[in-house]
Amino acid sequence: MKNRVKNIKELTKEIKKISLSLGKINIMEICGTHTMAIGKYGLRQLLPENINLISGPGCPVCVTPTADIDSVIDLVLNNNIILYSFGDLLKVPGSKMSLIEAKSINPKIKICYSPLDALDFAINNPSKKIVFVAIGFETTAPLTASIIKKVFDLKLKNLFIYNTHKLVPPAILFLLNSNKKIKVDAFLCPGHVCAVIGSKPFEFISQNFKKPAVISGFGAEDILSSILMILLQLKENKPKTEIQYKTVVKEHGNLVALDFINDVFRPKNSNWRGIGEIPDSGLEIQEKYSYYDAKKVFNIIEKPVEEPKNCQCGNILQGIIKPFQCKLFGKDCIPESPVGPCMVSSEGTCAAYFKYEKYSKSYIS
Amino acid sequence: MNKKDNTNKLLKKDKKILLSHGDGGLKTSELINDLIIKYLGNDILNKLEDSSVINIEGKKIAYTTDSFTVKPLFFRGGDIGKLSVCGTINDLVCSGAIPIALSLGLIIEEGFEIESLEKIIKSISKTSKNVNVPIITGDTKVVEKNSIDKLFINTSGIGIVDDNIEITPRKIKPKDKVIINGTIAEHGIAVLTSRDEFNFKTNIKSDCAPLLSLVNNILSVSKNIHAIRDATRGGIASVLNEFADIAKIKIEINEENIPIRKQTLAVCEFLGLDPLYIANEGKILIFVSPEDSEKVLESMKSHKYGKKSEIIGEVKEHSERGIVILNTKIGTKRIIDSFYSEQFPRIC
Repeated sequence: MKNRVKNIKELTKEIKKISLSLGKINIMEICGTHTMAIGKYGLRQLLPENINLISGPGCPVCVTPTADIDSVIDLVLNNNIILYSFGDLLKVPGSKMSLIEAKSINPKIKICYSPLDALDFAINNPSKKIVFVAIGFETTAPLTASIIKKVFDLKLKNLFIYNTHKLVPPAILFLLNSNKKIKVDAFLCPGHVCAVIGSKPFEFISQNFKKPAVISGFGAEDILSSILMILLQLKENKPKTEIQYKTVVKEHGNLVALDFINDVFRPKNSNWRGIGEIPDSGLEIQEKYSYYDAKKVFNIIEKPVEEPKNCQCGNILQGIIKPFQCKLFGKDCIPESPVGPCMVSSEGTCAAYFKYEKYSKSYIS
Repeated sequence: MNKKDNTNKLLKKDKKILLSHGDGGLKTSELINDLIIKYLGNDILNKLEDSSVINIEGKKIAYTTDSFTVKPLFFRGGDIGKLSVCGTINDLVCSGAIPIALSLGLIIEEGFEIESLEKIIKSISKTSKNVNVPIITGDTKVVEKNSIDKLFINTSGIGIVDDNIEITPRKIKPKDKVIINGTIAEHGIAVLTSRDEFNFKTNIKSDCAPLLSLVNNILSVSKNIHAIRDATRGGIASVLNEFADIAKIKIEINEENIPIRKQTLAVCEFLGLDPLYIANEGKILIFVSPEDSEKVLESMKSHKYGKKSEIIGEVKEHSERGIVILNTKIGTKRIIDSFYSEQFPRIC
């Protein structure tokens, strides 16, 4: 621990020194787990004023459109099924209710930590129909794919997947191509996503857009080291895509996991809450496995819904505004009574700011 | 019971009881304020203390009740029987009372195995004999299959509070030290990972324990114990926030002094849980004047349920809005908020 503290002091000193020769630097941390870690460790307090950390669209629950929440609720209320979902999704408001409210009407909604729970239940209860809500980026997609392959191999007839998987690099490309109000000078890239897909899919950031991209781990030291790597690149004006999280991330990723994804899914356009449709940013279940695609089996037709009035989640997800700048933040929108998903998810930007930094200006001296 | 800001908004919106009305957070306090206090409130109940102290013919009597719905009924380090005795004993001793007797109410599901019930009753017997607090009245009800999940228990307890003792968060003062009697977050993690549906096994045991003699010891070494609270549902974060709100103070806690086992921390990190919010069933937070803090700590360390006691922080200045700050290991500061990031039903 003493070594860690010493390292952090040295990193902070080095960051301060280099930042003197730089102007205002906006670094987007793409991943929601990074946003949470930055708040939890209080890292903003260690950074010089000209280093500004902005949160990106890297919280899967936050970017799931309201229409998906509504569809899942309709599915469980109108069919004789048991729904397995990660806990994070339960409090996200749909246009009429949240899953947790739906649970008080129909208790057949189970919270799980892994889709394996749904698989075990399906194997042991062949007469019951089970739907698992698959959510997440490239990090969780291989596990969903492995479940689908497993039910296919076992010839199970009672487990279906409501698939909402999304891909991170196309979303970053979309943000960089759009003329949004915020200027991002560099990216802190998601360590867990890159553990699966490797660093290559993020190379366009430095090659095409000439911006530093560093794939970071999740400890305080990891994040500060990554920021230092970004600043060094900026100082030398040599943008590249670097891996800080070397113990876990390899250039080509995890080939086994990628094989699972490619066998079960194919890319398709996907809707991101508050952002809109992004080309090739979603995953669709391949024809071979369509028997397990809950959207097809239960004939789900997404109904377009309006996002809640005054909710700024879309702008927050793109780093255009910070949570404090949303009028609802901490007033009408709090974790126990959220308006938008960024306040609900354990990786949500607003939840991170509310939990760790809501009084930061006035109370932490 | 918890008391928090009551906006009165959500209850109007909610047409049905949700699980979150029972998580000890904002919705729980709305339920308590908007229904219980609204119709049943009085000077004593309105204080929302874990035990209420009333005067009966010159004697101060502490009275408390608690219901137990833990799932599973048997978990590493305890069972619902032991929990139902320890929980009520601890609520009494945290108000400075010496427990006198308990009641026991059992609500049993039709079809529940008598062998399991016997194990639970034996566990109740053993725990109550250990602390010498007898069960003196009780009730049993059996309900149809599927009306409840196996077994729910309610226990009530009474105790006597010495004339010279007044333990309440309202007495907390700036410079008070905050002491805890050992490693945190073990009960919640033990129960959670003991569940069948939870495919994740650990060796972490519940810390479930009756803290009667530990509290007796510290009350005998110091007359300057201001407040004590068992950090159950919502963990130490919730107790600290509740006390900060009641006493209108700022509390600073030092992360490096909070005792936690490496294994518990690893499980919490793996599951994305914050151990400050995880339930304990044998941990209390003690607020004591600084001049007595070392001797209280020493007394606690010599007790079997306090070997890993630590001073984890202190009360800073008065603050209209109660606030709890964590000084992190890496030298930054952050808020410890009162809301729960996780929701685990039926942990106690």
